[in-house]
Amino acid sequence: MARAATTSDAFNAVAEECRRDILTMLSGGEAAVGEIVEQLRIPQPQVSRHLGVLRTVDLVRCRTVGRRHIYRVNAEALRPVHDWVRTIEAQWNERLDRLDDVLAELQP
Amino acid sequence: MTATRRGSARVTLPSEREILITREFAAPAALVFRAWTTPDLVRRWWGWESSPLVVCEIDLRPGGAWRYVTRDADGTELTWHGTYLEVDAPRRLVSTEVFGDNVDGEAQNILTLVERDGVTELQVTVVHRSKEHRDGHVASGMERGLQNSLDRLDELIEGDVR
Repeated sequence: MARAATTSDAFNAVAEECRRDILTMLSGGEAAVGEIVEQLRIPQPQVSRHLGVLRTVDLVRCRTVGRRHIYRVNAEALRPVHDWVRTIEAQWNERLDRLDDVLAELQP
Repeated sequence: MTATRRGSARVTLPSEREILITREFAAPAALVFRAWTTPDLVRRWWGWESSPLVVCEIDLRPGGAWRYVTRDADGTELTWHGTYLEVDAPRRLVSTEVFGDNVDGEAQNILTLVERDGVTELQVTVVHRSKEHRDGHVASGMERGLQNSLDRLDELIEGDVR
């Protein structure tokens, strides 16, 4: 059950640190599995497993060149996560901007 | 200048149970702490324009309770309450937080203030019991945010009509 949960949606998929690292790396440009292994120093079986999870929720897409699988980020699938954090951020900004005003008033 | 810091709060998800809010203020930590823990001051910034804080009770000591209630124009009230666990003015404040009567979803809030050259960096870490609770918190906040945006849209439309 726990494993099923990790693949259920984009939110779960990005909750794992290694997967976030992979996404961050891929956001800089597409890469083959070997390049991810090398740059992030994560063992190949783990990288493949994480890529599998990310592919299941469509956060990464893959194309094949000869025998190489090249992965890239599918930014559109990240949008719900992005929106989710930005919404919370907008609320905190409203609140903390008001706090800022209060602090400005309290100071000579 | 405070004006340049408007909208500069950042929200990140450092682990699967946490939400981290950071922002700087051009004020000493002691003042930020006071504004964070004095009911008359909290009332002025904590709520929303559409649903201000109508109850703000703060018993600032370890084991002391706090309770905030907001009320919108329709009379809908939302309540948050909790207990202070650590009070180390003006550096650190740790408290529990329960939204409504959702005791199962109790979170822990850790406020830290670090002052450098008259500028105070504020960090609020909200630690949830589980990833599911955190996601629920963010999701409910999203609804709230959406509602605020819809309210603003209403105002815009009304303004146009007039």
